[in-house]
Amino acid sequence: MKILVPVKRVVDHEIRVRVKPDGSGLDESGLRYAMNPFDEIALEEALRLREAGICSEIVIASCGDAAVQDTLRHGLALGADRAIRIDTPVTLQPLGVAKLLKALALQEAPQLILMGKQATDSDAAQTGPMLAAMLGWPQGCFASALSVKADRVEVRREIDGGLETLSLSLPALVTTDLRLNLPRFVTLANTMKARRKTIELMPAESFGVDFMPRLRVLRSEAPPERLPGEMLDSVSALAGRLKPFLADAEAQA
Amino acid sequence: MMRTLLVADHDNRKLSPLAARVLTAARPLDAPVDVLVIGHGCDAVADAAALLTGVSRVRLLDAPHYADLLAENLAMVIAQLAGSYSHVLFSASSFGKALAPRVAAMLDVAPVSGVTRILAPDCFQRPSHAGNVIETVQCDEPVRLLSIHAAAFEPAAAGPAPATISELPAGPDMGVSQVVSRELHDTGSRPPLEAARVVVSGGRGLGSAEAFERLLLPLADRFGAAPAATRAAVDAGFAPNDWQVGQTGKTVEPELYLAVGISGALQHLSGMRNAGCIVAINKDPEAEIFRHADFGLVGEAAEILPQLLAELGG
Repeated sequence: MKILVPVKRVVDHEIRVRVKPDGSGLDESGLRYAMNPFDEIALEEALRLREAGICSEIVIASCGDAAVQDTLRHGLALGADRAIRIDTPVTLQPLGVAKLLKALALQEAPQLILMGKQATDSDAAQTGPMLAAMLGWPQGCFASALSVKADRVEVRREIDGGLETLSLSLPALVTTDLRLNLPRFVTLANTMKARRKTIELMPAESFGVDFMPRLRVLRSEAPPERLPGEMLDSVSALAGRLKPFLADAEAQA
Repeated sequence: MMRTLLVADHDNRKLSPLAARVLTAARPLDAPVDVLVIGHGCDAVADAAALLTGVSRVRLLDAPHYADLLAENLAMVIAQLAGSYSHVLFSASSFGKALAPRVAAMLDVAPVSGVTRILAPDCFQRPSHAGNVIETVQCDEPVRLLSIHAAAFEPAAAGPAPATISELPAGPDMGVSQVVSRELHDTGSRPPLEAARVVVSGGRGLGSAEAFERLLLPLADRFGAAPAATRAAVDAGFAPNDWQVGQTGKTVEPELYLAVGISGALQHLSGMRNAGCIVAINKDPEAEIFRHADFGLVGEAAEILPQLLAELGG
């Protein structure tokens, strides 16, 4: 089967981002970027399905300007067969991304779309279920295990209260959670090889969909700072601070 | 005219306590609120929803193909109903997170995820970048679809008289997905994380699943608290996945967050930084968590927790 893995370039999740003082957005100086870690897990799962002989081709795709080439090269170095960049003139929002990916999916006709459950920059967690809805496909969100069985895929999901295993008819879309797998590292040799691979370029306008952003971010602010705390020197002192929070504190008073 | 539809979380038997909090979130909209209960054999859920203050009507969709709360079937019928509403609200639970975007796409509207405050009918606050940025977002879509961080709101109380419950005709069965199995753990009398007054949370520093069971749970139960964990502790198999607090897990805002053996990774802080009082116990005096705590105590959890429980009369 062919698997499509949409990937997003995000600010490295180890970096504490700062906002500009005027509230107009992120201070982008000195930021490092990487592939969204959840998308890396999705790609890793696709690679394992290919190694198991279940997947025949892995296509990765990303929407953005030339800067996302690095993210796609990283995906090629990890082992993706092909990479497609949908060239966009504006910074997209999930709805626009999902529409472009739908158009791409109709062209590429994958049996499975694997993607991160959320991107660690916007934390919106929207693109996956949106894309599944637009394609009219079933969805398995927050996957922590996955197995392809004939014409279906079984997805174990991490949900409130525990775990749930769904069986979805193919084609289907699965969003990946943290515990699905541990992505491999890129080797230097593969990084060098990936540099020579072609990244297919498709202008967003060529898909004939309305991908323009709908939401307006009026302000971006830092969260309120907490005041410095107090270090205690004994368990008794700690107990004293915690007693007011006991369920029966009022009854005791 | 503005009218809000609140899609309630439930398990067919009980209304989730998250619904009462989402109801409070909707209050600034100053519009009638209908609660949608969609499932199978879920009359008790509808009855409970009808009792909440500020509910105008309960709309009940009961059919066998809604029993497993599958997103494909639910989204189809919610999208049909959504057209008569100015706002459709979900909780940002695993249920709402998977469902709200699916409904939004069917309506061709951009939803707003993880709302912590409704400033105006078209203006919402939400965190991004692991809570390091608070965005104020304007949404001019004909239907505003929001997922709400329930923990950021107090629960609405029971009302004086129950709202009316009206049953609606079911939508189609898409037949594309089915539940194979569920492994749900019994939470007993413990509150759900997002609705807990006190959260007692453990990190990898606790060292084992056994330590969670033996040291953390008795302390949690002494407070009537919800137990929680960091990503590292869940990854290590010390605690179940749905205990995870942080950017990729749950967001909590309890009165007290007691962090034991937690280093204070960025992605964890994102899920608990708005707690009323943060108390940290860690053996490393340099741990980042102490910089975010109101009170801290340096030491080994294995020694401190039993002593603490004894001091608290547990």
